[in-house]
Amino acid sequence: MKQIDLDHLVQRVVEELSKKSQEAIPFPEEKELGVKNPHNREVLEQAMRRTPARIGIGRAGTRMKTTSYLQFRIDQAAAHDAVMKQIEPAWLAELGLPELYTRAKDMQEYLMNLDSGRFLSEESVRWLEQNGDKHKDVQIIISDGLSTSACEACIPDLLPSLLQGLALKNVSVAKPLFIHRGRVWVQDHVASIVRCKVVISLIGERPGLATAESLSAYMIYQPNESTVESDRTVISNIHRGGTPPIEAGAYLADLLADILRVQASGVAYAQLRVK
Amino acid sequence: MKLSCTIRKQQYQFSSVREVLGKASEEKSGDQMSQLSASSALERMAAKVVLSEMKLEDIYENPVIPYEKDEVTRIIYDDLNLTVYRDIQNWTVGELREYILSHTTGRPELSRISRGLTSEMISAVAKLMSSIDLVLASQKMRHQAYCNTVIGEPGRLAFRCQPNHPIDDPEGILASIKEGLSYGCGDAVIGINPNNDSVESVTRLLRMTHEFMQRWEIPTQNCVLAHITTQVQALRNGAPISLMFQSLAGSQRANEAFGVNKEILDEAMALMLRCGTASGPNVMYFETGQGSEVSLDSHEGVDMQTLESRTYGYCRHWKPFMVNNVSGFIGPETLYDGRQMIRADLEDLFMGKLHGLPMGIAPTYTNHMHADQNDQEIAGMLTALGGANFYMGVPGGDDVMLSYQDTSYHDDASLRELLGFRPLREFEKWLEKMGIMENGRLTERAGDLSIFD
Repeated sequence: MKQIDLDHLVQRVVEELSKKSQEAIPFPEEKELGVKNPHNREVLEQAMRRTPARIGIGRAGTRMKTTSYLQFRIDQAAAHDAVMKQIEPAWLAELGLPELYTRAKDMQEYLMNLDSGRFLSEESVRWLEQNGDKHKDVQIIISDGLSTSACEACIPDLLPSLLQGLALKNVSVAKPLFIHRGRVWVQDHVASIVRCKVVISLIGERPGLATAESLSAYMIYQPNESTVESDRTVISNIHRGGTPPIEAGAYLADLLADILRVQASGVAYAQLRVK
Repeated sequence: MKLSCTIRKQQYQFSSVREVLGKASEEKSGDQMSQLSASSALERMAAKVVLSEMKLEDIYENPVIPYEKDEVTRIIYDDLNLTVYRDIQNWTVGELREYILSHTTGRPELSRISRGLTSEMISAVAKLMSSIDLVLASQKMRHQAYCNTVIGEPGRLAFRCQPNHPIDDPEGILASIKEGLSYGCGDAVIGINPNNDSVESVTRLLRMTHEFMQRWEIPTQNCVLAHITTQVQALRNGAPISLMFQSLAGSQRANEAFGVNKEILDEAMALMLRCGTASGPNVMYFETGQGSEVSLDSHEGVDMQTLESRTYGYCRHWKPFMVNNVSGFIGPETLYDGRQMIRADLEDLFMGKLHGLPMGIAPTYTNHMHADQNDQEIAGMLTALGGANFYMGVPGGDDVMLSYQDTSYHDDASLRELLGFRPLREFEKWLEKMGIMENGRLTERAGDLSIFD
């Protein structure tokens, strides 16, 4: 073999090898059927389609298989990262709602000091006093909470559907507000300023593994100093894999109209509704 | 009562039992947020020193929330055995710790003093205990309860099958139930957290689980973890319930926020005993966890651990079948990271057991906390070593409705095998009949939900 051929060969082998190492590992995102020799594969597949829960994943001894273990850790890592994600300014601009702030100056303060997210900042209080729509039936609040992804994914469908539903029922609605870093109880503060009958907050939930896009709606009828948690009506798990946003909007409109009718929310509403 | 001490020439002065309890707590973010925690590591130690010299009588005379003001305090004090209390009222908290850990103190002795200890005393002694202290003491105590099955027998470890679904789809829930059972999980209870809290929907799920249990002759209990008033409505309408659930807290104000009080609980339990499907006398299932009072702004100036202990003092009034501790469910504002979560779990297991309760632990973490699966598994192994009665079982450890992580079906089976524990007696026989378990180990058939086809 000539020297030149050998060099050429070595070079080609090196190129091939580096090509291989540059190939990315495609990691599966779908649940894997991991049960060895299932009793009825079709039944198992059907069950796996019926729920986002991690079933049918099989086992290594009593432990998870490697792929499902890594999928779990990846989903958890993504959920953990999602908490700190900022809302897209362009998305907010397109939404076109007044932007208010709580007393929480940043995410860290918001996470560690509950009260900071429960009250509007002084500046936002002044703005709302001057510009908010007063004495309406319903005040809608949208807040990023613990998941900006939930707002971005759900609000574009949910809000129009909710507004349309309320309009059909002749319910008067104040201009919706976007509140940065708001907790549920900020709705009490807002209600005390705009003096609406019912206030509804649409808040991004803490991200789970199955979805970081879950939104919840908290409603309360005329909150005051003696308001307690069980006075709030809650609808959670609004997202593609739960209650779809459009459907949720229509449902919430019905619910708000009913809360206005019985003049109560939370446990008291549930009791009155039964009677 | 002495409320000051000198350490390394520095004097530390405290003003109340409540302040000492707060500052003697291990570091936790929730107590920091409420401004109850020690401002330095040495001040924390000074509080522990003062606490170690405090007499049980001093604690008895100074409940952290006044008797007149708070229903939880009233139940704790009214349920106390005064004969036992008088025997030990002159002990210091430090002496109580040594008594608990002594070789000559066993299960009967601990059961006896349990009757004479207020929840604040139990919280106090836990503040003087390290991780091994807590696990060792927990291991000495074992409390049984009887619903349809008996929970808490030595050498047995049970699990709640938690088959939640984001929109309560009965078929989806059933799939997760079958998967859990195929891993040997579900002997504590088949318990669903509903997304929809309406009476109709809750009733539907109760019927579905009841019928499934009947069809496959599964010796266990069913429960839908809706608000207690919703479950009472369902029960009145004839829904089959073997366990009634409610979340509880350690101050009256927090329980008001949960929409619950003694009257509601009394009524629910009486109704369960008349109309429920359980064979045994223990028909209640409670959930608790450090931090709920903080997040409901109703901590009344009391630290999270002491409030949790008071919750157990409240719980024990209704002789529950299960008390499940879910510290870690709330978020970093109460328990910042895995270290704080593990500590809380160990404290809670010990405090619950010293209250005489059939305790279970849910070592949980949320995704906005600084904790991960490794922390959770450590907490699971340690509390299992400490003899927890039960854990949760969630498919793949991921609750797709509540968005948090809890012990998985896999973890449940692993904890049993690690420590040589068996399922509850009747349920083990059923697992053997189904071919899922043999001699306490899962068979080849296990982990396949399609065996129920």
